[in-house]
Amino acid sequence: MISADLNIILPEILLSVFAMVALLGAVYTEKDKLAPTLVWITAAVMAAMALWIGTSGSGTNEAFGGMFIDDGFARFAKVTILISAAAVLVMSQEYMQRRGILRFEYPMLIALAAVGMMMMVSAGDLMALYMGLELQSLSLYVVASLRRDSVKSTEAGLKYFVLGALSSGLLLYGASLTYGYAGTTLFSGIVQTATEGHLSLGMLFGLVFLASGLAFKVSAVPFHMWTPDVYEGAPTPITAFFATAPKMAAMALFARLMHDAFGQAVGDWSQVIALLSLLSMFLGAVAAIGQTNIKRLMAYSSIAHMGYALMGLAAGSALGVQALLIYMAIYVTMNVGTFAFILSMERDGAPVTDISGLHMLSKREPAKALAMLVLLFSLAGVPPLVGFFGKLYVLRAAYEAGLAWLAVAGVVASVIGAFYYLRIVFYMYFGEERDDAVEMRSSPVLYGLLMASAIIMVAGVVNLFGIEGAAAAAAATLVN
Amino acid sequence: MDNLLSIVTFLPALAALILGLFLRGGTEAADKNAKWLALFATGATFVISLFILFQFDPANTGMQMVEQGDWLLGLQYKLGVDGISVLFVMLTTFMMPLVIAASWDVKVRVKEYMIAFLLLETLMLGVFMALDLVLFYLFFEAGLIPMFLIIGIWGGKNRIYASFKFFLYTFLGSVLMLVAMVGMFADAGTTDIPTLMKHEFASETFSILGVQVIGGLQTMLFLAFFASFAVKMPMWPVHTWLPDAHVQAPTAGSVVLAAILLKMGGYGFLRFSLPMFPVGSDVMTDLVLWMSAIAIVYTSLVALVQEDMKKLIAYSSVAHMGYVTMGIFAGNQQGIDGAIFQMLSHGFISGALFLCVGVIYDRMHTREIDAYGGLVNRMPAYAVIFMLFTMANVGLPGTSGFIGEFLTLMGIFQVNTWVAMIATTGVILSAAYALWLYRRVVMGDLIKESLKAITDMTAREKWIFAPLVVMTIWLGVYPAPVLDRIGPSVEALVADYQLAIADGDSATQHAQASH
Repeated sequence: MISADLNIILPEILLSVFAMVALLGAVYTEKDKLAPTLVWITAAVMAAMALWIGTSGSGTNEAFGGMFIDDGFARFAKVTILISAAAVLVMSQEYMQRRGILRFEYPMLIALAAVGMMMMVSAGDLMALYMGLELQSLSLYVVASLRRDSVKSTEAGLKYFVLGALSSGLLLYGASLTYGYAGTTLFSGIVQTATEGHLSLGMLFGLVFLASGLAFKVSAVPFHMWTPDVYEGAPTPITAFFATAPKMAAMALFARLMHDAFGQAVGDWSQVIALLSLLSMFLGAVAAIGQTNIKRLMAYSSIAHMGYALMGLAAGSALGVQALLIYMAIYVTMNVGTFAFILSMERDGAPVTDISGLHMLSKREPAKALAMLVLLFSLAGVPPLVGFFGKLYVLRAAYEAGLAWLAVAGVVASVIGAFYYLRIVFYMYFGEERDDAVEMRSSPVLYGLLMASAIIMVAGVVNLFGIEGAAAAAAATLVN
Repeated sequence: MDNLLSIVTFLPALAALILGLFLRGGTEAADKNAKWLALFATGATFVISLFILFQFDPANTGMQMVEQGDWLLGLQYKLGVDGISVLFVMLTTFMMPLVIAASWDVKVRVKEYMIAFLLLETLMLGVFMALDLVLFYLFFEAGLIPMFLIIGIWGGKNRIYASFKFFLYTFLGSVLMLVAMVGMFADAGTTDIPTLMKHEFASETFSILGVQVIGGLQTMLFLAFFASFAVKMPMWPVHTWLPDAHVQAPTAGSVVLAAILLKMGGYGFLRFSLPMFPVGSDVMTDLVLWMSAIAIVYTSLVALVQEDMKKLIAYSSVAHMGYVTMGIFAGNQQGIDGAIFQMLSHGFISGALFLCVGVIYDRMHTREIDAYGGLVNRMPAYAVIFMLFTMANVGLPGTSGFIGEFLTLMGIFQVNTWVAMIATTGVILSAAYALWLYRRVVMGDLIKESLKAITDMTAREKWIFAPLVVMTIWLGVYPAPVLDRIGPSVEALVADYQLAIADGDSATQHAQASH
C-alpha cells in the first residue's frame, strides 16, 4: 500500500532528496564556488524529470487516500513548471555570477519551490494544497531578498512575505470554513456537499476566501498590489522566475480547486472568477501605459495575462480548462524569451531596466531587436503569432459558456494593452540615436533562449507543437 | 499545379526569409541585391498569378482551385478564389512589382524595407484567398505589423503618431470582429467560409438590456464585422486614421495602403456581411447608404481645403470608397459590379496619384501644394501623366474611374434615389478639387526659384507608370474583361441575398401576423 503511494509521488521525493543532498554536499565542500555547477545540475535534473513525467505517466492515480492526485492535468502543469524553472535557472547563472549574487542555496531553493509547485498542482486535499503552497511561497520569499545588501531587494522580499502571509491567512480561513461546513478536507468529499448545483452559505464564504488567497498568488486584481514592487525589487532572474513557473502552478491549483472541490457548483464561482478576470485585464492594460521600468511593465503585463487565463477558468468547462492550460503554456514561453532579453540589458556592467535605453536598438542589435519585436507582438496577441491563439482559445471558451460580455471586454482591454507593447517597439525601431543607449550583453544561453522563444512564437502557427491535444487530454481528466 | 494559390501566397514570404537570413544589409551592393531580389520575387509572383487568371472559370460561381488541410482547434487551412476575389488577387500581384520599383531610391535600411513589403504582400494575398474565418482574420490582422513598421520607420516627420493611430484604430475595429467570429464558430460549429455562407444565422428579434435588436444575432454579428470593415474601408466617421497614415507613410506605403489595403474592407463586406448576415445587412442598409452619401460629400469638401497633396488624395480616396460601400449595399447586380470595378480602378488610379506625388516629393522634399506651380514648363511628361490620372480620378468617360462610378450610381438609383442624388454631387466636387489641385501644381508660369532646376521623369519612373496608364484606359474603354469575370459570382451573390431577405421579411410578417 505505502509503496504504491510512494511510487506515485516518486518525482517529488526524488527532487526533494536531490535538493537536500546537494545542499549538504555544498555546505561541507566548496560552498558558493560550487554554485554554477549546481545550477546546471539542478536544471538538468528538472529537465530530465519533466521528460520522465511527460512520457511515463498514464491514467489517474491517487495516493494517500486521495490527498495527492497524479493525473493528466497535473502532469501537463508539472512539465510546464519544470521546463520553465530549468530555463530560468540556466538563464540566471551567468548574470548572477557576474554580479556576485550566485549562492549555492539559490538552485536548491528553486528546486524546493518546484517541489512545492508540483505538490500544489497535484493536491487533492486542502492540507496538501496548503502544504505545497507554503513550501513554494517560503522558498520564493527567500529568493526575492537574495540580494541582501540591496534595499530594494530586501524590501521586495519583506513586502512579498507580509502580503503573502496575509493571503495565506485568508486562504487558511477559507479552508477552515470549508472544512467546518463540509466535514472533510478532501476535494472529493467537498464536491459532494453541493446540492442542486449550489453551495450552502458557509461553503460559499469558504470558497470566496480560498479564491482570494489564490488570487493573490496569481496576482489577479484586486490582490495584485505586491506584483509591481516585487518584480521591480527582486534581482531580474528572480523576477523571471516569479513571472513563469509559480504563475503556472498557482493557476493550475486554482483550476484544480474550483473543479475538483467545487465542480458541482460552477454557477456559484464562475461570476467571481469572471470579475477577477475583467478587473485584471483592464488594470493590467491601463496601469502599464505609464511605466518606464520594463520590469514593472512586465508585472502589469502579467497581471493582464492572468486576467485572460482566468477568463478560461471562468468558463467553467473542459474547454475552458484546456484554454487556460494552453494560455499559460504560451504565456510562460513568451515570458522566458522576454526575460532573456531583459537580462541582457545593461550599461557599463550594471543592469538597466529603463525602456528609454532601448532607443534604436534595431540598428545596433538587429537580430535581438527583431526577436523582441516578435515576442512583444505575441504578448499583445496579434496574429499570426502564437500569443494570438492563446487569446482565441480563451475567447472561444468564454463565449461558449455564455460570457460573451467578458470576451468583448477582453478584446477591448487587449487593444489598450497593445499600446504599451508597441511603445517598446517604438523605442527599438522608431526612436532616435542617443548616448545613454543600452548595451546588449547576452551570454549564449540568453541569446539561445531569446531566439528559441521568438521562433516558437512564429513557427507555432503551424500546429502549436501539439500542445492542443495534450491540453485537451489534461482538461478532460479534470472536468468530467 | 494543385497548390498554385499557396505558391503565389507564400512566394514573397519565402523571398523575405531568404533576404533576412542570407543577405547582410548595410553596404551598397547588398542593398542593391535586396532590391533586385524583391523585384524579382514580386515579378515572379505576378507571372505565376497569371496562371490563376487563366485557370479561373468565370461561369463557375463556387470556389475554385481550393486547397485544404487540417489546422488546430478544428480550423482549416483552406484557400480558394471565386469571381469576387480573383481580381483582387491579381490587383495585388500586379501592384507589388510597381511598388518595389517605386522604392528604388530608398536609402535607409533597404533590406528591412524590402522584407516588410514582401511579407505584406503574402499577408494581403492571404486575405483575399483565405476560406477559413480564423485564417482570414490571421492574414487580415497580421498585415498591421509590417504596415506599422513601414509607417513608423520610413515615414515622415509625424510618423510615430500616425503609426500608432493606424495600428490601434484598426486593431480595435478588428478585435470586435474576432469575438463575432468566435460567436459564429460556436453557433455554426465550423469556420469554413463557403459553409458559413449557406448557414442561416438566427434573425429573430431579441432584446439586450431592454433594447430591441431587429434582426437579432445577424444584426449583432453584422455590427461587429462592420466595426472592422468600416475602419479598414475607411468610412466616415471612422476615416480619420487614413489621412494621417497616408501623409506620413513613404510613397510606396501610401500606394499599397490606397491600392490594396483599403480594398480589404470592401472585400470583407462582399465575402462576409452580405452573404452571411443578409437580414442584418438589410436592417442596416439605410444607415450604411447614408453614411456613404455623407462620406462622399463631406470628404470631398474637406479635400478642397487641403494644403498637403497627399492629404488631398487621401480624402479623395475616402470619397471614392463611399461609392464602393454605396454600391455594395445597393444589393443589386449593377451596384455590386460597380463597387468591385470601382475598387479595382481606384487601386490603379489612387496608386498612380500617390506615385505622382512621390515623383515630385523625391525632387523637392515637400508635399505643400503652394510650393509648386508651373511644373508643365519643365516636366511635360509628368504633366501628361498627372493629367490622365487626375481625369481618371474625376471619373472622365474613357477612363476606368467612370465605369465604376456610373455603375454604382446606376445601382443605387434603383434602391434609393435621394442617396443617388446626393452622391452624384460628389462627382462634381471631385472634379473641383482634382482639377484645382492640378491647376495649382502643374499649370501657370514657373515662378518659384526652387523649381527652376527640377527635372522631368526618369525612364524608370515612366516605366512604372506605363502599366497603370494602360490599365486605366483599357478598362475605361473596354470594361468587359473585368465584368465578365465578376459577373456570374455577383449574380449568384445577389440572388442568394435577395432570396434571404425575402425569406426574412416573410418570416417577420408571419410572426407579426400570428401575434
